[in-house]
Amino acid sequence: MNWLLLLEQILNGFQLGLLLFLLAAGLTLVFGIMDMVNLAHGSLYMMGAYFCATFTGWTDSFILGAILTLPAVFILGVVVEMIALRTLYSRDHLDQVMATFGLILFFNEATRLIWGPIGLVIPLPDFLNETVEIIPGAPYPAFRLAIILVGFIVAGLLYFIVARTKLGMLIRAGASNREMIGALGINIRLLFTLVFGLGAALAGLAGLMAGPILSVEIGMGESILILTLVVIVIGGIGSIKGAFIAAILIGLIDTVGRSFLPEILNLVLPEASAATAAPAISSMMIYLLMTLVLAIKPQGLFPPRGVGR
Amino acid sequence: MTISSRHILNTALLVFLGLIPFITDWMGDSFYTGLVARILILAIAALSLNLLIGYGGMVSFGHAAYIGVGAYCVGIGAFHAFEDGIDWMLNGYVQLSAALLGSALIALIIGAISLRTRGVYFIMITMAFSQMLYFSAVGVETYGADDGLTIYLRSDMLGLIDLNDEKSLYYLIFASLLVVLYLMHRLVESPFGNVIRGTRSNEARMRAIGFSPYKYRLTAFVIAGTIAGYAGFLMANLNDFVSPDMMHWTRSGDLIIMIVLGGMASLFGPLYGALAFLMLEELLSSIPLTIGGLHVGEYWQLIFGPLLILIVLFARNGIDSFLPQPRKSS
Amino acid sequence: MTANDILIVENLVKRYDGLLATDELSLTVREGELHAIIGPNGAGKTTLIKQLTGEIPSDGGKIIFNGRNLRRHSEPKRSHLGLARSFQITSLFQNFTVLENIRLAVQAHSGHSFQFWKKVDENKKLNEPAHKILQELELEEQANTPVYSLSHGAQRQLEIAIALATKPKMLLLDEPMAGMSGEDSERLIERLAALKSRYSILLIEHDMDAVFSLADRISVLVYGRAIATGTPDEIRDNEEVRQAYLGEES
Repeated sequence: MNWLLLLEQILNGFQLGLLLFLLAAGLTLVFGIMDMVNLAHGSLYMMGAYFCATFTGWTDSFILGAILTLPAVFILGVVVEMIALRTLYSRDHLDQVMATFGLILFFNEATRLIWGPIGLVIPLPDFLNETVEIIPGAPYPAFRLAIILVGFIVAGLLYFIVARTKLGMLIRAGASNREMIGALGINIRLLFTLVFGLGAALAGLAGLMAGPILSVEIGMGESILILTLVVIVIGGIGSIKGAFIAAILIGLIDTVGRSFLPEILNLVLPEASAATAAPAISSMMIYLLMTLVLAIKPQGLFPPRGVGR
Repeated sequence: MTISSRHILNTALLVFLGLIPFITDWMGDSFYTGLVARILILAIAALSLNLLIGYGGMVSFGHAAYIGVGAYCVGIGAFHAFEDGIDWMLNGYVQLSAALLGSALIALIIGAISLRTRGVYFIMITMAFSQMLYFSAVGVETYGADDGLTIYLRSDMLGLIDLNDEKSLYYLIFASLLVVLYLMHRLVESPFGNVIRGTRSNEARMRAIGFSPYKYRLTAFVIAGTIAGYAGFLMANLNDFVSPDMMHWTRSGDLIIMIVLGGMASLFGPLYGALAFLMLEELLSSIPLTIGGLHVGEYWQLIFGPLLILIVLFARNGIDSFLPQPRKSS
Repeated sequence: MTANDILIVENLVKRYDGLLATDELSLTVREGELHAIIGPNGAGKTTLIKQLTGEIPSDGGKIIFNGRNLRRHSEPKRSHLGLARSFQITSLFQNFTVLENIRLAVQAHSGHSFQFWKKVDENKKLNEPAHKILQELELEEQANTPVYSLSHGAQRQLEIAIALATKPKMLLLDEPMAGMSGEDSERLIERLAALKSRYSILLIEHDMDAVFSLADRISVLVYGRAIATGTPDEIRDNEEVRQAYLGEES
């Protein structure tokens, strides 16, 4: 076993996990509070990447581009919520699935129209393009380290907001008892719009950070959306804590599995078939985990109280 | 039973569909026979999914997976017959049995686990299972992985019917549609169908009056999966091609769109929905409008996406609500 | 406790987040008896019904129905043992017709439903018993009316009709008169009086006139405990009951 490789893969796992968490946090709140299935969450992630590519081009600075992207995606989220999603809260899940599926088609096609069918590249400033020696002899890309850092900071901030502020109290109340916030005389519409915008901004943040390492392309939202859904289902819909733990778990399993499964499979299979089977099996492992969790706990690992109505 | 204008409309549609090969012959353009055949196969799959969603309230978001399972049974059989000369694997009845049994078994496993959950969790877990199958197809290099398999030899039905003849294949598909329609009609009005519909309407009351819905729902899940597997068998023979993309979750989304488009509460809804879905695709993508050098038709989903939202918001029963309403029979 | 107790509840417990909804509750219902349960809102009456039917699990205690311990029996199974229930908040198959509602209940007790071909419409074994119950509850005229277009009073009737269609030994009626007009509830009182001879009944009701005219025995539930059980006269004269409950009402 190569310990340095393992360390690197674990870091990569955290990095993917934290990206997933940024996406899952917004999605699980929307699910939990508004009882709304939003398949278009991945589109907001994609828009984050595209906005950032454009703004970075305009300003010649990734940092400025990123700073401009966040409010832009927030506003986009608010607009989408007000135009299309607001009326869907009272509908059943099937309607929500359909309508947000329509949104995905719209966003993908609009992106193709505006930015063209070919993917974009987000250039990084020099200091993020370097590698850092985490321990002597183990260089690690600075940008990936930055993602981990930002991810943890945002997770901490979110925890603070949800656990300590009035907004957080309303969010928690909403996730466990929807009627109650109505009874408190809170402007629910505003709260929902705000939460949706916040979730959009988080998705955008994930998108702009994923852009430079993956590629900025149409459809990038769909593949990660499914992973995100798996995360929130495993974590328990409406639970930030559950989303965090599940996201890190999925991130680690996916990355570490992908790089070490071939070696493990080699023990039982001939090399050629191990090499081809490994990626498929590691993709499947996540779904296997989800199946296992739901078979034992149909409400996920950390169901918020009262949600299981 | 009285004959309503709805019956006349449905019958007219079926007669029209039955005449399609001759109409396209007359038009001299057999492309449309293939297109309609594809629509009918998707209609068969959508009909089976409607048993779950429309009648049973089980929003399964992984139905395309069973189509894939059925299709791969044909693809794999044809592959070994072509590459390795294993003739029995080209036998259509062997392939068909494999398609039906395989999809039934997989539906049984997926259903047994998924049906323990409710609501959003059910939607997500069925979607996750289908993605699992998708990724396993992607991972199998032998059978083409990402690129899929081209089928050089169609199923050999031992002289009973020649699937290489486009007309025979069309009529097999058409007859299958009729059978599935009739099957659904009987099923929905049978005691079994009543349990499925009753559970959708009020599960708590079903339990209170003495039903254990789980086993009935699981049975419905397996029936629907098996019919979708059969649709896959037909699809592989029609397209001469199978690929993991057939199982992608967005394909399952397409099937749900068809049901919603057509109207969930009616027997013929999925057929109308499948027709409308693919016609819309054809129609929108051939809009002869050019704005600023851009062909609008090329970006048809830009129109289709919002249209879908509008349909969900304002036409809850889809096409069904625009057709003459049948009187409530009972 | 005598041999003809059809239902015996012993030290039944239900906790919600540390709160005792049912607190060591014990009571018995005799064969053929109409046993009413009264108590202020939040006394745990509906919780008790849910525990009896198995809709929610109990955290302690014993339920013995017709000589059988119900611990391991699921809700559907208890229905097959002869325990039927009506819901406080109307719980019907809204898009089904009245006949279809009742027929479904008949179907639940006519063997398994893995019958995929024969239409229920043409199935005499289901339709005849269903029509009988329609007749009995004077719902015949509305047989083909969908439930959602039925009046509230008729929906409450149907609640009971469905319960009867399951061929029960005992009825658990959860506020059958909830929201009914005076005329409707008078008719229902007559109906219950007629049913009384044929079924054992556990009745939860807020309408005191109904309770005191119908019940053979009454139990008073306060904070998940039965504080008194007795004949209507005994309950009327019980000092503790007056303080805890009746005093507030009258």
